[in-house]
Amino acid sequence: MTDSGVVVLGADDVSRAISRIAHEIIERNPVLDSLVIVGMQTGGTWIAQKLCDLVNERQNSVEVPLGAIDISMYRDDYSLRPVVLSAPSDIPCDLTKRTVVLVDDVLFTGRTVRAALEALNDYGRPQAVQLAVMVDRGHRELPIRPDYVGKNLPTHASDEVTVGPDGITVKVAAE
Amino acid sequence: MKHLLDTHDLSIDDIVKIFDVTDRMAEVNRRQVPKVPALKGKTIATVFFEDSTRTRLSFETAAKRLSAEVMTFLASSSSVNKGESLRDTIETLSAMGVDAFVVRHKSSGVPAQLTQWTNASVINAGDGWHQHPTQGLLDAYTISREFNQRESLKGRTIAIVGDIKHSRVARSDIDLFTRLGAKVVIVAPPTLLPSHVETWPVEVRHTIDDVIDNVDVLYLLRMQLERMQAAAIPQLSDYTKSYALTPERAAALQSHAIVMHPGPMNRGVEITVDPADVPGSRILAQVTNGVSIRMAVLFTLLGGDSVLVGGES
Repeated sequence: MTDSGVVVLGADDVSRAISRIAHEIIERNPVLDSLVIVGMQTGGTWIAQKLCDLVNERQNSVEVPLGAIDISMYRDDYSLRPVVLSAPSDIPCDLTKRTVVLVDDVLFTGRTVRAALEALNDYGRPQAVQLAVMVDRGHRELPIRPDYVGKNLPTHASDEVTVGPDGITVKVAAE
Repeated sequence: MKHLLDTHDLSIDDIVKIFDVTDRMAEVNRRQVPKVPALKGKTIATVFFEDSTRTRLSFETAAKRLSAEVMTFLASSSSVNKGESLRDTIETLSAMGVDAFVVRHKSSGVPAQLTQWTNASVINAGDGWHQHPTQGLLDAYTISREFNQRESLKGRTIAIVGDIKHSRVARSDIDLFTRLGAKVVIVAPPTLLPSHVETWPVEVRHTIDDVIDNVDVLYLLRMQLERMQAAAIPQLSDYTKSYALTPERAAALQSHAIVMHPGPMNRGVEITVDPADVPGSRILAQVTNGVSIRMAVLFTLLGGDSVLVGGES
């Protein structure tokens, strides 16, 4: 254990997990031409990019588009914490009747996902939204569950979970 | 930041952050559903003691696109006519629950005075000859994005033409343009120059032909016709001769140069060419950007202790 926390998954594990999720997405969506993969700014965008590349490599029926969504203007907790505006949204098409795979790095309370669902609706009414996360760390405050999970990771609410292409680390809050 | 009263109160860092937020708002405005819940539950009162339909509508559109509630107070149709004082008006509206006042008044300093009478944020939407900060911001933003200069207007030459003396737009613009690094040339007859213009960080010219072929931005001010009565200029036709954008002058502009105007235009006075025929006209882009800038200002003032992080856009 170091100051930067415990490494629970290495770079290879993360890469394998993304690869597995890409397979599951193809399996669950036999018709891919209505699919859009949308990463949440900013933690989910690199994962969405990799998933999109893998899905497009493994099938040649259609090119699945990639998007990004910024939820900073949809949060329900302005009064509780500072607003951080990340990079802007970039949704490549009308989402009406599309199946959206929403991608984030860590699923925690579910509030970010709730905000993202509201934000997505402003780009059209999707046929369905599926949720892919690299880490599900529990502690949900809303009735939200992921469809694709890289790693289930039991944590304390005060732990800090960091996800990157190099691996996943958990840092226990100082006593 | 709690209030927006004067462009001088904004640091360069504040300005760049507001511009970055404006980019996000512009993205919202391009959507099929141009509305976000960012200011749900907030109430914004537009309080106009001087007519200005377009500025008021721009603020109200901005507030609505952020899901705020909007209250409109027009002095012309209100209890001001029954003798209510400014202070009573503001305190009464505050008591109804207002998070921000957007104020226009013919006297300089009124918005600053209001901050003493309310806990709400106050945004100056034009006070006398003093300041019109959101107009200055939207103008600087329009130029910044036109020339792809995110953090400064360095290297740009901007000519502001017309009634500088009575113009709050010119004062806000000159402050922002010069602090962002642009070179500003003002073009006006001596009677329409402010006193002590020599202390301003600008060059002065007396005819538009001196600048027409070497500016990046030609900014035309509205010629306020009521100044005619004050004998500041002998005849409108003389003004037009030396200061208006004519078809010939439009043709003399550099190919990358843009033309701006705060509106409403006096066609045939400061502009005798149809702006639709001037490829560099950004007059409608200014109006569009105005909504995005005002959204960014409202969000910055009311969206909590904002920590604004620039994206890699």
